Amino acid sequence: MSSDTLAKAPAAPDIPEGADSLRIVPQRRLGQWIAAVAVLVLLGLAANSVLRNDAFQWDVVADYFTSRSVLRGLWLTLWLTAVVMVLGFALGTLLAAARLSANPVLRAVSWGYVWLFRSIPILVQLLLWFNIGALYPQILGVKTVDLLGPVTVAVIGLTLHEAAYAAEVVRGGILSVDRGQVEAAQALGLSRWRRWWRIVLPQAMRSIVPPAGNMLIGTLKGTSIVSVIAVQDLLYSVQLVYHRTYEVIPLLMVATVWYTVVTSVLSVGQYYVERYYARGSEAAR
Amino acid sequence: MTVMVDIRSVHKSFGSLEVLKGIDLAVRTGEVTVILGPSGSGKSTLLRTINHLEKVDGGAISVDGALIGYRRAGDRLYELPEREVLRQRTRIGFVFQNFNLFPHLTVLDNIIEAPVSALKRPRKEAVDTARRLLDRVGLAEKADAYPRQLSGGQQQRVAIARALALEPKLLLFDEPTSALDPELVGEVLDVIKDLAHQGTTMIVVTHEIGFAREVADTVVFMDDGRIVEQGPPGDVLDNPRHDRTRAFLSKVL
Repeated sequence: MSSDTLAKAPAAPDIPEGADSLRIVPQRRLGQWIAAVAVLVLLGLAANSVLRNDAFQWDVVADYFTSRSVLRGLWLTLWLTAVVMVLGFALGTLLAAARLSANPVLRAVSWGYVWLFRSIPILVQLLLWFNIGALYPQILGVKTVDLLGPVTVAVIGLTLHEAAYAAEVVRGGILSVDRGQVEAAQALGLSRWRRWWRIVLPQAMRSIVPPAGNMLIGTLKGTSIVSVIAVQDLLYSVQLVYHRTYEVIPLLMVATVWYTVVTSVLSVGQYYVERYYARGSEAAR
Repeated sequence: MTVMVDIRSVHKSFGSLEVLKGIDLAVRTGEVTVILGPSGSGKSTLLRTINHLEKVDGGAISVDGALIGYRRAGDRLYELPEREVLRQRTRIGFVFQNFNLFPHLTVLDNIIEAPVSALKRPRKEAVDTARRLLDRVGLAEKADAYPRQLSGGQQQRVAIARALALEPKLLLFDEPTSALDPELVGEVLDVIKDLAHQGTTMIVVTHEIGFAREVADTVVFMDDGRIVEQGPPGDVLDNPRHDRTRAFLSKVL
């Protein structure tokens, strides 16, 4: 139908002359209001029960929150997380590069690594590394037990586990970069190294940062698993206290609040990192 | 006139599909060659073999007297190490259909990237050159913008400036206006015409027949991996000798 015939057509019966003077009334969403009130009431009840329940022993929480042993445990958790993230992503990036290389042997080895270390639960892996002395009593003439203390085992086990996941995150990021970007860089004569660091990786970071942030927070909390091999992280530190004092709940609350605080700080950091790598995209305009 | 690009019996297959079935083509220095042909005729692949973005399976290509991608010893061609290929590419500008600007770098950084990192030019000199080139393509005020803040036509003009920043002996254009909205085609063609009038040697793969007629010294018509005919635009476009050329022109004109 051409606009000519439209203009001549009579107006629909519900639309009077001067349609621009009609007032638009938004739909009343009663259900939304009821849901919101119900949720707020439930939240209030929950908060009330937490604050009014003396068994939480908030005074004990306050006493231990900044105690020496708890802070030492927190510090171990923080640096263990940092070391595992850095080493895990370094190894993961190499694995991703191997997986995307033209060399079939490298591709297969990388695939095999990811398959193996994603298959073994981290708890099982830590226990295996912890007992590796049963397989190899000596390494390079040194007693395995002396060489691989609990902290070293924790770093090795968590890093190998982390690398398998990091490899997939980095690989996904690299694949998200348009093939034309590499071609343009090649056509301009940019070296392989320069293409990787200057062109591909910064663009891949946009896809890498959100899952990497997830992994960082996951690792922070995941390190608590090293308490099973007696590494004095945040969790193990509070466990040591409550095994002595039996104040289980307040000491678990100490750990809970610390994990929450650190996670919050990391989330804020992630926001700024994402914003940095989004430069040049529509969203950052 | 000397020959800038010499293509001899080039063959190229993707798997079992032979896309170039023996191409011979010479492009003289200072001339504009326009390659026409239906999709899948192999014209883009041919263009990409000239700077070794695609390796050939047979035949040889030389640009400015140097074999591209290979070193000849006796009757053998030895593939050059990547470093050598990259050096050769800095003498050949390539403009892509989809611009392929680096979206995380500003317009200025896009242009100075190759001069600074591949040719080791001092940064200040590269910036001066980049600003002059941006002025030349009419985008002097866009130096600090990011590519996505520009229209398609502006992006392609930046891409042309980026290719020119290496002061190439040869410019290759792969359907430079095919990804553009119709009203933006003119501004890009104007820049290319301007370069042509200044005696830049270039090979342009395009569907713009009017552009070919106006600018080309030689028009090459390709179909099914072969050059069907070539000659001055007056001959190929107005008096084509082959039925396939006639059939193609009747559809696009």
